[in-house]
Amino acid sequence: MTGQASPPAGQAAAAGARHRKSVGWPAGRAAQAGLIVLALVAVVIFPLAFTNQQVSTIAFLTLIFVCAAVAWNLFSGYSGYISLGHAVFFGSGAYAAGIAARDWHITGTAEFALLPFAAVVAALIAVPFGLVALRVRRHTFVVITIAIFFIFQLMAFNLTGLTNGTIGLNAPFLLWDPVSFDQRFYYMALVLALGTVAISWLIKGSRFGLQLRAIRDDEDRAASLGVRAMPVKLTAFVISGGITGLAGALWFFFINQVLPQSGFDPLFDLTVALMAFLGGLGTVTGPMLGALIIEPAQQYLTTQFSNSYLSQILLGALFLAVVLFLPRGLIPTVAAKGSGWLEQRRGRQDVPATGEDGDGGADGTDAGIGSPAEAGTSAAADAGSGDTSAPAATSKGPAS
Amino acid sequence: MTALLSTAGIAKAFGGVQALDDCSVEVQEASITGLIGPNGSGKTTLFNVITGYERPDAGQVQFAGRDITGYAPQRVFAAGIGRTFQLTRIFPRLTVLENMIVAAQHTGDGSRRFRNPLARAGGAADRRRAMELLDFTGIAAHAGKLAGTLSYGQRKLLELSYVLVADPAIVLLDEPAGGVNPSLVNQLSQRIRELNAAGKTFLIVEHNMEFVMGLCHHIAVLDYGTVVAAGPPSDIRDDPRVLDAYLGTAEDDDEPAA
Amino acid sequence: MGTELTRAVINGILGGGIYALMAVGLTLIFGVLDIINIAQGVMVILGAYLSYALSVHLHLDLFLGLLITVPAMFVIGVIIQVAFIRPLHGSERTSMSLLASYAVAIIIEGALYLFFGPNYVTLNASYVNKSVYLLGFHLPYIDLYGFALAVVLVAAIYVMLYRTTFGRSIRATMQDRTAAMLVGVDVNRVAALTYGIGVAVTAAGGMIFGASGGGFNPNSGYDLISRLLALIILAGLGSIGGALVASMFMLTLESIVDIWQPNWSIAVFYAALVLVLLIKPTGLFGRQAARAQ
Repeated sequence: MTGQASPPAGQAAAAGARHRKSVGWPAGRAAQAGLIVLALVAVVIFPLAFTNQQVSTIAFLTLIFVCAAVAWNLFSGYSGYISLGHAVFFGSGAYAAGIAARDWHITGTAEFALLPFAAVVAALIAVPFGLVALRVRRHTFVVITIAIFFIFQLMAFNLTGLTNGTIGLNAPFLLWDPVSFDQRFYYMALVLALGTVAISWLIKGSRFGLQLRAIRDDEDRAASLGVRAMPVKLTAFVISGGITGLAGALWFFFINQVLPQSGFDPLFDLTVALMAFLGGLGTVTGPMLGALIIEPAQQYLTTQFSNSYLSQILLGALFLAVVLFLPRGLIPTVAAKGSGWLEQRRGRQDVPATGEDGDGGADGTDAGIGSPAEAGTSAAADAGSGDTSAPAATSKGPAS
Repeated sequence: MTALLSTAGIAKAFGGVQALDDCSVEVQEASITGLIGPNGSGKTTLFNVITGYERPDAGQVQFAGRDITGYAPQRVFAAGIGRTFQLTRIFPRLTVLENMIVAAQHTGDGSRRFRNPLARAGGAADRRRAMELLDFTGIAAHAGKLAGTLSYGQRKLLELSYVLVADPAIVLLDEPAGGVNPSLVNQLSQRIRELNAAGKTFLIVEHNMEFVMGLCHHIAVLDYGTVVAAGPPSDIRDDPRVLDAYLGTAEDDDEPAA
Repeated sequence: MGTELTRAVINGILGGGIYALMAVGLTLIFGVLDIINIAQGVMVILGAYLSYALSVHLHLDLFLGLLITVPAMFVIGVIIQVAFIRPLHGSERTSMSLLASYAVAIIIEGALYLFFGPNYVTLNASYVNKSVYLLGFHLPYIDLYGFALAVVLVAAIYVMLYRTTFGRSIRATMQDRTAAMLVGVDVNRVAALTYGIGVAVTAAGGMIFGASGGGFNPNSGYDLISRLLALIILAGLGSIGGALVASMFMLTLESIVDIWQPNWSIAVFYAALVLVLLIKPTGLFGRQAARAQ
């Protein structure tokens, strides 16, 4: 600032040494960490405990969807551009792996070398896709993603030389016994899912993530402040697409077959979007939670009701219910209620509207760095907390 | 003395409406210049043209010796012109502090330094600066709140804050006092004076006459898209053309208007 | 070659009329409610199935059956809007209504599968397969009647929009919802009724679609909605005249391309869409983006 008045700065500096304060009680942090460790342990020993093939298949698919939903949210949730065409990446990843395996005569475990290849192919597809689709308003964007999806499905059906058309492609044969097969795929999917969550979390708190969220709120205003919207959006799109492609390839290796309608399945997009919405659009763990709830439920339903149409109806009804009653998703709603409850217990009046939970500000309010305690300054942190030594005239602004 | 910011002969029409017509305004460096005029006289349109939200049909915009006509908003911002909006545009789902950081990330230092995109948003320096500015405008207490929960007046202050983050040479304020309570308006006045004393230039569109007359060194009056009068407040206050612009000429008035 | 081309053009025009009917309904809904009704495709199919049920079980003539299906679909549309679309609030309203619409589509599709099974069916009327010999071509009666019906309905919508008070309310709401409220327009009612109208025309569209096409099953909605969406985006969201023009043009183009490359003719739609959007992101006749996102 051009030589500014110093009293405010002095205040800020004076309180800079204030220790970090959480909204919850100090033990809360430890408890959260403990829970996470516990969950991780459970998730790691899961396949060793449950070897039933049906269960492990559901587990694998769930993890794939965790990855897909988190990856989807990484773009659509953070940027606000709802994509209903991510199946393009999923299918492209699957097909890329299948075509490469067939044409390059890849067999056995060498097939896993194709996973990064699939990711790269999907990411490369995302580039022109994004360049076309991201120039338009959000309404139009959705439609373009749908249109591109149908183009890809069409290509899968018709470019029979490449994709084998309706016959589909098969994955290379793996000489693994069923139990090891399921376990190994489970762990691979687990690594993928956790990795995706980690990437999502990293992005959320980063400069890049902030730019994305600013774009979501007011793209023009962000642009006028110097945020370069197109590169930012495109990058998120490419990352999201690449990861989804990887998931698609892994899925293909597990299922052993990809068909145009299974690789490019319109329900995929709806499912992934539903998972993100259910859990909390734009949060880190929301889509993961959504996937953990919906995928097993969906699989269970298809086995119970041999009639898959009924499960389709239920899926749609569930989605409708989520949109109508839980518009912010589970995590933000629970976090808001949770911090409200905490407030009552502690008798605090002025708690910043950011719920703090284990994933670094994961509620729908997206307070990645908004917690004033993190900023290490006085003015915000001592609002209403009563244990500050800063002068009472903290804010110069009258409440207006 | 060449003006820091000037427009020459700006014309802009929307369909059949000529919003700006041969509009020429000069803003001297380190001045607080007011832009007044009745509703529909083209004030916000002029701002939009200057800051790149609209392209003029004719005319030029000069800033610090450069022709910036037709620059996109981010280029205008990077050149050192900050601007607030009548209907405040902030990021409602980001916290106040995050709003500031978004602006701070792109302090127009002109250089294209590569900043690691994966770095944690808002380093210590950025945050300190952000909080300083929030303290300055008086809304630091709300730093952790979602910007969407702020009142209208607070949002205006937030907008002002993050426009200041980039330390622009000139700040364009579009109705900063509109809809804001009087004590806050005074505070705003004071802040502007302080910043101006330190060298910042201001161009302010405002309807609040007291605010304008008390604050501005120089005032330009717009009517039907063109400047009908310009000068210090004392001149403008008594200029019949200004009265005409606002109130219209009386029907049986003998004297020709302007 | 010339005759093939002419025939393709004629088919394109006839088909275009029907798509115009459905596209107009879709873009009208967008203009008033600011949502993209993804369910429109499956609703056309629903309309087709309703006509099918009436025709097969009650032996009602297809066109007469419309007297039942159109009002029925209108009511269904109003109910859907009031129950699932109107309650949506908040900053994510547009995305949420999109997803709600998608969800409704999935539900309807599932229900259709449940009731009618996955097999393809067609609508038959005694005159469906008879053609009239006109201008050197055999034109199926059903295509002609269908086209005529589409024209009549589109004209009716036009008249309603520009000659009735209700139409004026619709146009006001399309232009500025708040302003419309301020002058006393009951925007909620307008929204519900417009949605109903948009859906009701799909009943008619569905009947024609089912009768003149090769056959349909619950899955046919996807192809349909993707074309319709491409059409209205191409035309410019909210532009009714544009939807008309785009439909006629694109269907004719597709028909012509179909002569050489039947498998790829549908790609023409999307290719055109992408092309137009690259040049003019708001669509051919679209208004400049005035809404906040």
